[in-house]
Amino acid sequence: MFTFTLPELLQQLANGLTIGCLYALVAIGYTMVYGILRLINFAHCDIFMMSMYFCYYFITVFSLPWPVALVLVVAATALLGVVIEKAAYRPLREAPRISLLISAIGVSYLLENLATVLFSGVPRSFPAVGNMQEMVEIGEVRVARLAIYAPIMMVVLLVALLYLINKTKTGMAMRAASKDFETARLMGINVNKTISVTFLVGSALAAVGAVIWGQKYPQIQPYVGVMPGLKCFIAAVIGGIGNIKGAVVGALMLGVLEILLVWRFSALSGYKDAFAFIILIAILIFKPTGLFGETFVDKV
Amino acid sequence: MLKIENLKVSYGGIEAVKGISFSVEQGQIVTLIGANGAGKSTTLRTVVGLVKAASGSIVYEGEELTGLPTDQIVRRGITLVPEGRRVFPDLTVLENLKIGAYTRKDDLSQDIEWVYSLFPRLKERHWQPAGTLSGGEQQMLAVGRALMSRPKLLMMDEPSLGLAPLIVQDIFSIIREINRQGVTILLIEQNANMALRIAEVGHVLETGRITLSGSGAELLSNDAVRAAYLGKSK
Ligand SMILES: Nc1ncnc2c1ncn2[C@@H]1O[C@H](COP(=O)(O)OP(=O)(O)OP(=O)(O)O)[C@@H](O)[C@H]1O
Ligand SMILES: [Mg+2]
Repeated sequence: MFTFTLPELLQQLANGLTIGCLYALVAIGYTMVYGILRLINFAHCDIFMMSMYFCYYFITVFSLPWPVALVLVVAATALLGVVIEKAAYRPLREAPRISLLISAIGVSYLLENLATVLFSGVPRSFPAVGNMQEMVEIGEVRVARLAIYAPIMMVVLLVALLYLINKTKTGMAMRAASKDFETARLMGINVNKTISVTFLVGSALAAVGAVIWGQKYPQIQPYVGVMPGLKCFIAAVIGGIGNIKGAVVGALMLGVLEILLVWRFSALSGYKDAFAFIILIAILIFKPTGLFGETFVDKV
Repeated sequence: MLKIENLKVSYGGIEAVKGISFSVEQGQIVTLIGANGAGKSTTLRTVVGLVKAASGSIVYEGEELTGLPTDQIVRRGITLVPEGRRVFPDLTVLENLKIGAYTRKDDLSQDIEWVYSLFPRLKERHWQPAGTLSGGEQQMLAVGRALMSRPKLLMMDEPSLGLAPLIVQDIFSIIREINRQGVTILLIEQNANMALRIAEVGHVLETGRITLSGSGAELLSNDAVRAAYLGKSK
């Protein structure tokens, strides 16, 4: 069990980190929406799925050059997130939270079934974007380029996001609204607009995650978002839902642990997904607020 | 400046405000007094659009406010210091002040200094998360935060609630000071004695209706008011 070479370990860690970064990009969306609406946005994983289809259409079907396609995918996904909020959550602003939750579940089923009708249940293969799937060797470690791009992408986006939240007026409005809608309104903040921005940002990040995800697991079907979505939700809970840095740490932990588990205990690899849920249960029992719960910073 | 006419507000069928009319002139301090549940907070919350009026009109500088969203009303120069402080607990004192000026785009440093000069305590604690301030300090912050928007009309819902008598004195003298600097004030107070002393005009609200109006001095010497709100026997 403990016989392996350093390059092997590094390779697995790189692998785990890549997955962790992808989880992080999606987990941030869960945590941001939770922060402002106290809603677990069940539709988030289906926004992720739709984003993969957008990418498939723009690149494979319409043969757009990939940089153009990427911009369009991010824009379309962000728009989808905003529209969902407007149509399904905004009318329930004053309703009990459970109604909102049920609406989110409804949107999730709607998107999954809509995708089945529009795109059929036949799995499609996800297009290669740039040279992300190309293998490179760093010393004795062989990884796909995306193992290098994903962390860079994640860090850049995270820094930009933290800047937005902590240093800009929009971010200040988000932090205020996440505490108290009424008082935020009294400050002259347009709370609906602020919530739209939250969905826009969360969905855009999920789109980036979806494209990179497709490079690693290049197959799309209407339920492709469900398992990664659950994992990312778990990652957000591990970190303390509502806390952005927590979601990132939770996602990286989950990604790395999962990969190490599969690698070292290959007999258990079939239980990889169950493992995430075991962590979730453990967290909920022993530290329900998550690793970073209850701190003040960056709660959105 | 502000003219409220026949305003009715109900919560799910129960009428909390049953057709009140009064106006506030530029530069005045006007106070609403009345027992718990009389509809004072409801009136102010309706002016600023947090609660929708069932009927009646609220005209501010010639413009109808009913139906406008709160953020638009605030942009027109009205602000409310809400009941129970409601500072943003995890923002620092300074951030709370800055968010009070959310609608403004110009330089804030003078206003921040002004608020600090009114409440020196806030300056000492400017880096502290507002949630860790004492109740009185939070109340000062709530008032300071409202001032940051440079309101023309400042409405305050029980600013002296839960404060030590000495601090209450301070708050009232600061209200006067703010008013001297040109801000019109609409004030709700349980502390009717203090409120009527500084107010030009007072209205007594009873279960959703104005039952008595007059100058602060008149109401202070009114027997019914003395009995009901000042705890003095006839
Ligand atoms: N959100 C609400 N839903 C239902 N009823 C409400 C609501 N808010 C206030 N009321 C009712 O409206 C009436 C007036 O309340 P309001 O808060 O305006 O009183 P108030 O004069 O400010 O009293 P206090 O001095 O205790 O603050 C009360 O009977 C109250 O129960
Ligand atoms: Mg009240």
